[in-house]
Amino acid sequence: MTASWLLDGLVAALVLGAAAWTLAAPTAVAAVVGFLGFGLLLTLAWLRLGAAEVAMAEAAIGVAATGVILLLAVVRLRGGAETVSAAMPGRGMVAAAGLLAGAVGLALALAVLALPDPAPGLAAEALARRGEAGLGNPVAAVLTGYRGLDRLLESVALVLAVLAVWSMAPDRRWGGIPGPRFPRQEDGPLALLARLLPPVGIVVGTYIAWVGSEAPGGTVQGGAILAAMWGLAWVAGIVQPPAIASRPVRLALVAGPAAFLLAGLAGMALAEGFLAWPPAFARPLILLVEAAMTLSVAAALALLVAGPPERAA
Amino acid sequence: MSGTTPGGWLLVFTLALPAGGMLAAFALGGRAAERIALAALGLGVLLAGAVAARVQAAGAPLAYLVGGRAPPLGIRLQADGIAAAMLLTASVVLLAVALFGRAAHATPPGVAEARAPFAFWTFLLALSAALAAALLGADLFNLFVALEMLTFAALSLACLDGRASQFRSELRYLFFALIGSALYLLGTALLYGAYGTLDIGLLAAHARADAPTLLAAALMTAGLLARMALFPLHLWLPPAHAGAPPAASALLSGLVVKAAFVLLLRVWVWVLPPAPAGAAAPLLAGLGAAAILVGSLVALRQERLKLLVAYSTVAQIGYLFLMLPLVLAGDAEAARRAWLGGVLQAASHAFAKAAMFLSAGLIAGAVGHDRVAALCGAGRAVPMAVIAFGLAGLSLVGIPPSGGFTAKWLLLTAAIGTGQWWWAAVILGGGLLTGGYVYRVLAGSLTVPPATAPQPEPQAPGPARVALALALVSVALGLLPFAAFGLVQIGRPGALAGAGP
Repeated sequence: MTASWLLDGLVAALVLGAAAWTLAAPTAVAAVVGFLGFGLLLTLAWLRLGAAEVAMAEAAIGVAATGVILLLAVVRLRGGAETVSAAMPGRGMVAAAGLLAGAVGLALALAVLALPDPAPGLAAEALARRGEAGLGNPVAAVLTGYRGLDRLLESVALVLAVLAVWSMAPDRRWGGIPGPRFPRQEDGPLALLARLLPPVGIVVGTYIAWVGSEAPGGTVQGGAILAAMWGLAWVAGIVQPPAIASRPVRLALVAGPAAFLLAGLAGMALAEGFLAWPPAFARPLILLVEAAMTLSVAAALALLVAGPPERAA
Repeated sequence: MSGTTPGGWLLVFTLALPAGGMLAAFALGGRAAERIALAALGLGVLLAGAVAARVQAAGAPLAYLVGGRAPPLGIRLQADGIAAAMLLTASVVLLAVALFGRAAHATPPGVAEARAPFAFWTFLLALSAALAAALLGADLFNLFVALEMLTFAALSLACLDGRASQFRSELRYLFFALIGSALYLLGTALLYGAYGTLDIGLLAAHARADAPTLLAAALMTAGLLARMALFPLHLWLPPAHAGAPPAASALLSGLVVKAAFVLLLRVWVWVLPPAPAGAAAPLLAGLGAAAILVGSLVALRQERLKLLVAYSTVAQIGYLFLMLPLVLAGDAEAARRAWLGGVLQAASHAFAKAAMFLSAGLIAGAVGHDRVAALCGAGRAVPMAVIAFGLAGLSLVGIPPSGGFTAKWLLLTAAIGTGQWWWAAVILGGGLLTGGYVYRVLAGSLTVPPATAPQPEPQAPGPARVALALALVSVALGLLPFAAFGLVQIGRPGALAGAGP
């Protein structure tokens, strides 16, 4: 008992410490490193809370994908150091924001202590009815079943995010290839890693997406691993991002939300309504949608990291 | 909790049509995106009209249980009076902006796809889906997802011209919007911790006036105020409009901030118990009054036409908040009038402000700049756009007959009826100031240019007709018989089902 209290206390203190370090870091790179540490500690905190899915999503999205995007942004910002320092908030602004954030945090802490105990929640009911859609993992049952509309809209928003990034490109680059070009690595640790890791990573990523209906895992977590494997090969110069005008890229991005939407509409005719799964073939239909979703998540994450088109196709 | 009502499927299609259209437009690209957007937004008007007609006929909200699963586990879509009215408003403005955009955002000949046109048509569909989700959502987390979609779509539309200066202003908008979303989400999480449900109907039945609930409401309110640009959180709005294309400004000012307002009403009128809401409402209305006065005064002094119209939005948003203390005053008749006044203000401002931004864009295009002091000759070059600007101004000032007049009149009488005469003074003062800045633009535009001035180039009439049609709708709202407005009362807590205005 004491040991677990100590461990939790340590994790909580480290999370706060990493957050403070991130804010106080002297350089942008140091701040990103601090943020990565913060994300990993947060992953640990979620694991301590028994939320494996959230921990995996935090590691995949909050640490890996966000970390790469932040690092690329830092590298790009080096050219415009003056503009960046001019855009930085002044000391007074930082102090005011800190005070405000501190006050909100304190008020939240007090409010959380005032919440009813045990907390009213839907976990028990969701757990009891998880078998209805043939999904053993209660988190998957909630995401594909009860909160399907959230998930559908989020998957549509992911397509929007990619288009938002693309639309920041100059007009003449439209239709071209996103991101910087990396020289091909023939030897060295990166070259080795980029050739050895992807075959394993693709199997692991696919497995995590597949197992999501029964055990911790899912499309976002699996898709993120697949995207990371592609990213590794990209950084090592083995593969190039596809041109954004290419039809297969567009189709890969919309496959998940489109399949989800069509299956949802089919539910209006064949089952209890929009986003209901017809009992007779719920399992294969869910599997199909999840496969399309994994593809779309992987494509979207990889293209979000790659950024706007920069070169002619 | 009631289940799916007859006609509830209309809500699914209202949401699925633009969402599916957006996916198809993204996949097919180029000119197909434009065709899909025009078709989907046209059908959207029909669907929104059908939803409003069903709600009006039934005298009760339409509801749809997604997946056949009832809250608290499932998610509910619902169209009550205010949702149906705002949905209809949004669908008409979206279609008008799409028709307006056919000239400015056509894919140039010779290329299969170009950046700005492709982004315009795809994000227009995305915005339509996000607005439908925000207006029809009855689940606080689902509404958060809608808010995020709304931000992405609106931001990208505003950045369409791709200028570095514009990116800087939009980054500020993004910061306000993201901090707003984070605060909203924190409040949502607190409410789930307190009640174990996020359904607005269930929360309305169970909410207590305890510390977690009040803090949650405060956080969500602060977040939504940042997104609505209520004074003093309005700093992002004028620069965000300054470099945005006219079509994007029209949508941002006309619709995007209104969706956040409907969410704010959901929190204040539905979720929060009446006692604390009524006690805190004068604070929000006070900010609204400050917005009316400061926004109008700053608009009067603007050098650039676009910024003048943008500051006018800051002011007109303020009027929406005056309805809160009047609706929550505990007087049934005043509440009914104030509610209708507020919704009518939101709708007529959406039409009028969209018309104003579109015509301001046409005026600036015709005279080659948008300096308010040097608009002479605009009346001769683009007469229809200047008339549209003037008619929209009529509605903003609150001159009869116009939707803006009816809205302000209802708020005024509700203020006097509940003994809160000071809000009436603000409404009248704001009207005078609005008249001032609208006059500045009209007087300048109608000045005859010197004979030596170059002849303006003739402009295609299509876009100006669209602006004029929007302005006429905002005026015509004031000519509708009061019985037609029974719709907006349907589903309001404290309103008798099917009661008149």
